[in-house]
Amino acid sequence: MFGYYVQLGLRSLRRNPVLTLLMVLVIAVGVAASMTSYAVFRVTSGDPIPEKSSQLFIAQIDNYGPDNSDGEPLPWLTWRDAMALVDAHKAKRQTPLYPIGVSIVPDDPNTMASPARGYAVQADMFPMFDVPFLFGAPWSAADDAGRARVVVIGKSLNDRVFGGANSVGREIDLDGKQFRIVGVAGHWEARPRFFDLDAKGGFGDMGELYMPFARAIADGLHPAGGNLCNRPFKPGWDNFVHSECIFVSFWAELPDAASATAYRQFLNDYSAGQTRDGRFSWPPNVRLRNVMEWLDVRHVVPPEAKMGLLVSVGFLVICLINVIGLLLAKFMRRAPEIGIRRALGASRGAIYAQFLLEAASVGLAGGLLGVVLTAAGTLCIGAVFDPAIANLVHMSLPLLGLTVLVALASTLVAAFYPTWRASRVQPAWQLKAN
Amino acid sequence: MPPFRPILAALRYHKAGAVLIALQVALTLAIVCNALFVIEQRLHRLSRETGIAESELMVVNNTWVAPDAEVPARQAADVAMLRALPGVADAYATNAFPLLGGSWQSGIRLDPMSKHFISDGASLYFVDDHALNTLGVKIAEGRNFRSEEIGALAPNASADSPTVIVTRTLAQRAFPDGHALGKAIYIGNSDARPSTIIGIVDHVQTPETRSGEDIRWQDAIFVPLRITDNRAFFVIRAQPGRLPALLHSVPDALKALSTRRVIPQPHGVMAFSQVRDMAYRNDRGLAWMLAGICVTLLVVTAAGIVGLTSFWVGQRRRQIGIRRALGATRRDILVYFLTENGLISMGGALAGVVLAFALNAWMMQAFETSRLSLLYVGCGMLLLLLLGQLAVLSPARRASRVPPVEATRTI
Repeated sequence: MFGYYVQLGLRSLRRNPVLTLLMVLVIAVGVAASMTSYAVFRVTSGDPIPEKSSQLFIAQIDNYGPDNSDGEPLPWLTWRDAMALVDAHKAKRQTPLYPIGVSIVPDDPNTMASPARGYAVQADMFPMFDVPFLFGAPWSAADDAGRARVVVIGKSLNDRVFGGANSVGREIDLDGKQFRIVGVAGHWEARPRFFDLDAKGGFGDMGELYMPFARAIADGLHPAGGNLCNRPFKPGWDNFVHSECIFVSFWAELPDAASATAYRQFLNDYSAGQTRDGRFSWPPNVRLRNVMEWLDVRHVVPPEAKMGLLVSVGFLVICLINVIGLLLAKFMRRAPEIGIRRALGASRGAIYAQFLLEAASVGLAGGLLGVVLTAAGTLCIGAVFDPAIANLVHMSLPLLGLTVLVALASTLVAAFYPTWRASRVQPAWQLKAN
Repeated sequence: MPPFRPILAALRYHKAGAVLIALQVALTLAIVCNALFVIEQRLHRLSRETGIAESELMVVNNTWVAPDAEVPARQAADVAMLRALPGVADAYATNAFPLLGGSWQSGIRLDPMSKHFISDGASLYFVDDHALNTLGVKIAEGRNFRSEEIGALAPNASADSPTVIVTRTLAQRAFPDGHALGKAIYIGNSDARPSTIIGIVDHVQTPETRSGEDIRWQDAIFVPLRITDNRAFFVIRAQPGRLPALLHSVPDALKALSTRRVIPQPHGVMAFSQVRDMAYRNDRGLAWMLAGICVTLLVVTAAGIVGLTSFWVGQRRRQIGIRRALGATRRDILVYFLTENGLISMGGALAGVVLAFALNAWMMQAFETSRLSLLYVGCGMLLLLLLGQLAVLSPARRASRVPPVEATRTI
């Protein structure tokens, strides 16, 4: 019977090709629009580090006080607060972090220096954020303490400067100072880049240079991201570092809920201590948020992505309503035929099967065309979103499968009402009318 | 007067189709109104004037590789070289320029201890006496900086220079009586020293391009301090017609002077038109995307109306024939279908108005957009009613051509 219904369906579709084509187009456009927006939404709202996102926490300590409008502590810490948390060693792993930019000075005096972006961190950062290593390893805790002139470089930088060779043990000139390379990180990604949401809204590269935090501070490497000074400060780097200006993020790895609770209490106690010492004149106002909570608070998903998804889902709904109407017209036009089939003994189920199959073939065609349009759509994302986001979105097998599936499923849902109407056709009426 | 009652009575027999069309009209109206509104807002953003001579300007993103102590001399040498370069009208080094994307923002007060801010985030442009000439910004009141007024901004120092030039917006907000010249404002924290307003410019846009900064887009202050960071932007004004050549000769000349510097690739050297392109990329992209969706949506809705109405006409050929046989003219039949569609669309449009405002209320909360203006909803309604009438025209014409003899044909 299946083959027969398919045949019937195809013949019916061929009978008014304009209507069929219209339905296929409507489904394809609707599905492609929502799948393209969904793909963008997906990469911007995804979990950057699924295995550990619930164990990595960022600490916030309010050092500004209730003058700050909404009571939410500012997004970064002062150097002294970050150092206090580091010295307390209350987490399984922990790292202070701030973005840096350096110039790589080539040996050849006739070529210009090139920029490299990266982060000042402590050795714990690498295992915390699951950074893979191509060559070498992170520096040691002793290097952190001793402000060693060592760096871990990223794959892209290693390719550019050392032609991809194992550069561990070699020297690199950063801003006119020699650093020893201890490790080369492999390709890694966190989208969004949860530990630095300020550069390109949290998208784009992971940086290609990591330097011991204490070394960067000692060398006076200015924060390449944001900094905020709400209290009077004096000129000069040392004054800046020791001031109430904030620019450091502090991340802690806390493997279970109990340790997170304990850490939150520790932050509270620390802040209370600062109030006791007269530095803060307000009760403790601290936050400890895991990766997904942090992304949510910082509104990482661009409004364009949300708006695009919303509009295109609305668009798909309208397309489906349209398809319901068109299918209804198409099916009910064949009421006499249905009447004859019913009179000749076809059950309601048989009518259902026949018309749902017909709809499914329309859905399938729409899905296939939708795949082409979605692929085109993903290529055009660069026009709406920053390249850092657009580069993350491309046609993939899962997206392809999802496109066809959504097209098929939504067409079947849309076909349900018209099919039900078709199955209710009274054979006697139709026979009489003809 | 078209016969409403028989139309309404007849509608009862194809409720499903009528509801489907109405629903489609309603949703389309809701989405199209809001989309047009967002488009208009975005277009408005990107059509704002920066107030500078954009077509003659270029910028270079430069980082010196040098100990901090040597940076001021390197900066001075580069700027002097650029000003002497053939084709260059004027140039200066700075921390930021309009549409850069972000920079140093500072609270502005009339009293450093007050909790009341004139602007809670005015953008600071650190400049010398060449900046206004380079940017093509005219002093409206007061005077430009003198070269001896230009100080140095020590790394991580505060920005409270003794003299400043502000935009009219800022001056007006600080001193609503219109006499801002010679008065003092306080830039920065509670230890700020007074900065006397010596000049007012009509308008210069800030570097901020995020939509959250829109309320402050004219809060710009020129501060006569030379930056001493190892990173600076050169803003260069070309003599008429010389900009394309300068885009090549400027980086070459800088490299020839010293290679101990970084000019990133790409976007290290840009004509201002490119800066503008990048600044509003998302706005323009979103506007195009929404426009595309709107057009497709209207086409889809129209197609749906054509499809369903054609079906009805096919279904009711006999009834039409009977009406014709009983004396209805072809015009009557045409008017019948147009009216029917008008009634359905009107129903849908009314529901759509409610939906449009509901969607807007949600968007106001989620995206901080403003309240949808009635004008958009009105225009949207009109557009959809018109679209419905246009879509139904061809099936209705076909209906009007049904001959009276149809009445007798199929029994």
